[in-house]
Amino acid sequence: MLGLNAKDAGLFLLVTIMVILAPLILNPFPEGSELAQFNAGYPDLMQRFVIFGIFAIGFNILFGLTGYLSFGHAAFLGVGSYAAIWMMKLLTLNVIPAIIMAVIFAGLFALLVGFVSLRRSGIYFSILTLAFAQMSYALAYSVLTPLTGGETGLQIKSTDSPLLSNLANGEIGRANLFGLEMGSSFEWGVGNWLFTFNAGYYIAGIVMLMAFYMSIRIFRSPFGMMLRAVKSNQQRMNYTGLNSKPYTLAAFVISGMYAGLAGGLLVAMDTQVGPERMFWTASGEVVLMSILGGVGTLIGPVLGAGMIKYMENIISKINDNILHQWFAFLPDGMEDFVVFLIHPFIGKGWHLTLGLVFMAVVIFLPGGLVEGGQRIGRLFRRKKRDGAVGDAAKTPAE
Amino acid sequence: MGILEVKGVGKRFGGLAALSDVTLSVEENSVHAIIGPNGAGKSTLLNCLVGKLIPDTGSVMFDGQSVLGRKPHEINQMGISRVFQTPEIFGDLTVLENIMIPCFAKRDGAFRMHAFEQFSHEKELIEKSEHILEDVNMADKKDMHAASMSRGDKRRLEMAMCLVQDPKLLLLDEPTAGMARADTNNTIDLLKEINEKRKITMAIIEHDMHVVFSLAQRITVLAQGTPLVEDTPDNIKGNAKVQEAYLGESQN
Amino acid sequence: MEVIVLQVLNGLDKGSAYALIALGLTLIFGTLGVVNFAHGALFMIGAFCAVTLNRILSLSHEVIDPDKTDFLGNPLAVNVPYVYDWFGEAAGQGIINWSVPLALLFSIPIMIIVGIAMERGLIKHFYKRPHADQILVTFGLAIVLAEIIKYYYGANPIPTPAPPAFSGSFDFGALIGLENIIYPYWRIIYFSFAMIIIAAVFAFLQFTTFGMVVRAGMVDRETVGMLGINIDKRFTIMFAIAACVAGLAGVMYAPINSPDYNMGMHFLVLSFVVVVVGGMGSLPGAVLAGFLLGILESFASLGVVIDLLPGINQIIIYLVAIVVLLTRPRGLMGRKGVMEE
Repeated sequence: MLGLNAKDAGLFLLVTIMVILAPLILNPFPEGSELAQFNAGYPDLMQRFVIFGIFAIGFNILFGLTGYLSFGHAAFLGVGSYAAIWMMKLLTLNVIPAIIMAVIFAGLFALLVGFVSLRRSGIYFSILTLAFAQMSYALAYSVLTPLTGGETGLQIKSTDSPLLSNLANGEIGRANLFGLEMGSSFEWGVGNWLFTFNAGYYIAGIVMLMAFYMSIRIFRSPFGMMLRAVKSNQQRMNYTGLNSKPYTLAAFVISGMYAGLAGGLLVAMDTQVGPERMFWTASGEVVLMSILGGVGTLIGPVLGAGMIKYMENIISKINDNILHQWFAFLPDGMEDFVVFLIHPFIGKGWHLTLGLVFMAVVIFLPGGLVEGGQRIGRLFRRKKRDGAVGDAAKTPAE
Repeated sequence: MGILEVKGVGKRFGGLAALSDVTLSVEENSVHAIIGPNGAGKSTLLNCLVGKLIPDTGSVMFDGQSVLGRKPHEINQMGISRVFQTPEIFGDLTVLENIMIPCFAKRDGAFRMHAFEQFSHEKELIEKSEHILEDVNMADKKDMHAASMSRGDKRRLEMAMCLVQDPKLLLLDEPTAGMARADTNNTIDLLKEINEKRKITMAIIEHDMHVVFSLAQRITVLAQGTPLVEDTPDNIKGNAKVQEAYLGESQN
Repeated sequence: MEVIVLQVLNGLDKGSAYALIALGLTLIFGTLGVVNFAHGALFMIGAFCAVTLNRILSLSHEVIDPDKTDFLGNPLAVNVPYVYDWFGEAAGQGIINWSVPLALLFSIPIMIIVGIAMERGLIKHFYKRPHADQILVTFGLAIVLAEIIKYYYGANPIPTPAPPAFSGSFDFGALIGLENIIYPYWRIIYFSFAMIIIAAVFAFLQFTTFGMVVRAGMVDRETVGMLGINIDKRFTIMFAIAACVAGLAGVMYAPINSPDYNMGMHFLVLSFVVVVVGGMGSLPGAVLAGFLLGILESFASLGVVIDLLPGINQIIIYLVAIVVLLTRPRGLMGRKGVMEE
């Protein structure tokens, strides 16, 4: 199917179904129930799942295949976002041109950064990309204020009147796709459950599926094989008649374009951008996503992005009152003690949880969630087989 | 006029002259051995031939073209393949993929953006790769992870990776180092067969005289960065200068 | 002329901090072969040692002061630090005022413990792992340490004053016959302190057997390991020393910029750039590049320069790093064969 082998096609189909049904799957708890805060099926969060999924998929094409660890990918996300918002401010509120411009600008910037950074490898490469990203951040924050809005960033304001969108005087434009507004949603109540189907989410979801499909094709192509060869043994590659430089640069630019795409989509969803989007912690975040999910695997980065964005939104919302409700069944002193123990890891402390989970993954599970899943899968299979062998062994004895 | 003409090549590292005025000529379809005591500059010479080092003086002509100043991948594209002393393979890839990569390099050149082509559509190249794996008796290992193989298998894989490109010149850096006698003899047979059937010219650096005298049609002896003699194996055997060079080494 | 001297002086304190952190980074990288992204966090922990000691010394209890009343005429409760009770008011106040220098002593055991715990507990297991893994796990650790500090001390910078004796400025101009060069005492002290630490580290490496082994290890780790020297123990000690250097740098920096939980990350990024510019694995390179970049940054912050090249002060260090890496890949004083492709 679509030029994929059976296994990849199965994976793609599974992801497609998940994306379509996400508003249902992610809202398993009825409204108003205690557990409703664990629901992730609201548009804002779901949009972030798929958009950061795209960012991580692109990062994985570079880091997962070639092994070049970039610590500055947020710069491309930021450049994409700025390009997109200017398209929406000046040309049209339709998101398509904005997203296309985001990809083009991010790609060009990645070409420039990659051309310079890829002259070095290993830790030098990481630091060069970090230096470029910090430079972009510093410039966006200060000198380039006319272009970037400085610290406050850029929003669509009532004074903006894009060329092709007929806005009434003073009307604040809203992002749309040929008239379909990103913010528009269809709500469906079943019993106590309320499901929200949001236009913006589905558009981002479709783009994510396309990005995911392309990443599968790249992984399975001869080009993808060359990128893995770069990671494996660059010396042999050069003595085999292949120039590793353009391969790595191509991977760098592709992953920069993915980041730009994610940046453009972010703007399409919330029509604003600020320089913090390019800060180096944002670059670190996409590294975390890929590692957490599983570097070099197809589905890993998507899982990692989902996991981190879920944690960010849900864990940071939990407070002591909620904890006290949960542990109300414990004796009073015990309850307070448990809440006291958990307290540093929730609410504002979610970064602490993130850091610990990340360290644990790097130390114990370098293959990320995907490897974890595989290990559990193998454990079950072995148990089954052991069981079967055990049965067979018993039979003759009896 | 040989296929490889090295003329007056010199290379210094700081104050040390690693090579000075090296001249040698490798005839087409021959096996040419380069021998010499440790530190004679054999590896430096090899690195000058494949573009890893650039000589300070002299010229290196291959097939009528200069290789000097060209990058390793460009030199490979001219038709020179190199087998390393410790096998250099793509450890994270499967054996078949290891062979496919040089196939792509041969067909598509140093870079091609085949990001949306499908691996499984390259039937011709897959067949060619499988064929060469049969030649080196590795057909049953084609889906194995290359890094997990034995050292001997890695050597044969590396050899296959070079052969699949049909190079005009194959450079071998101590292809039997650390091998048991039986394996060494197998390797000698394999190299002989490659030279005779595939008509591939070879330049070989080797310590093991048994290998050198079973394979080479011509031998260059290097000592302290300069060629002592270049002659046929029979003449080399009785050469006093050569014995002196080796004896000198053993006395150190 | 005044301007030049002033900017050089202004660059020295930041440069000192860069140099001290970069020195530790290089020591760890050179001996242990580990790229430590958590090194900035050690700097931050040092600064918070100063904050903590200041708070401990200021711990107080309420006492009803019979001489004072509030506006209703009731006796007023005032907070009296315990140190007043113990040493009398004047000496007690003196101790509180001198909390930052005192924190140097306080921080050494803490930094040693933190350093040993880090090396034994985590870093040790990453010697054989690829650099990317080392970067990632220490990056995770840096996040965790920063968040722990944030949890206990909040997100806002905490002002930590230097002893009042050093709060003034020194008319540096008068000394060399120029006008308008006034330089805070504390910065002079910080620079001198940095020089002492740097000299101590170099002397230690140069004149002790331990240092000799470490230097040999930086050149050829495998051989030293094979000589039967207990390299593991030395690695741990080396890491503790590097942690101490970073921590002490942090303690003394607290009065210059109020510490917050993010300062570690901020300095880490810049210090890494410094290490790369200086040359990975070169100790003199790290120190030299630290001061050079600190001074360069200070010059780039001049009004004239900013008018000419807006924003240059924000990016000068990165710009220099990019140029150096591309033209002199080994850095200013890097050795051949260290972390090359």
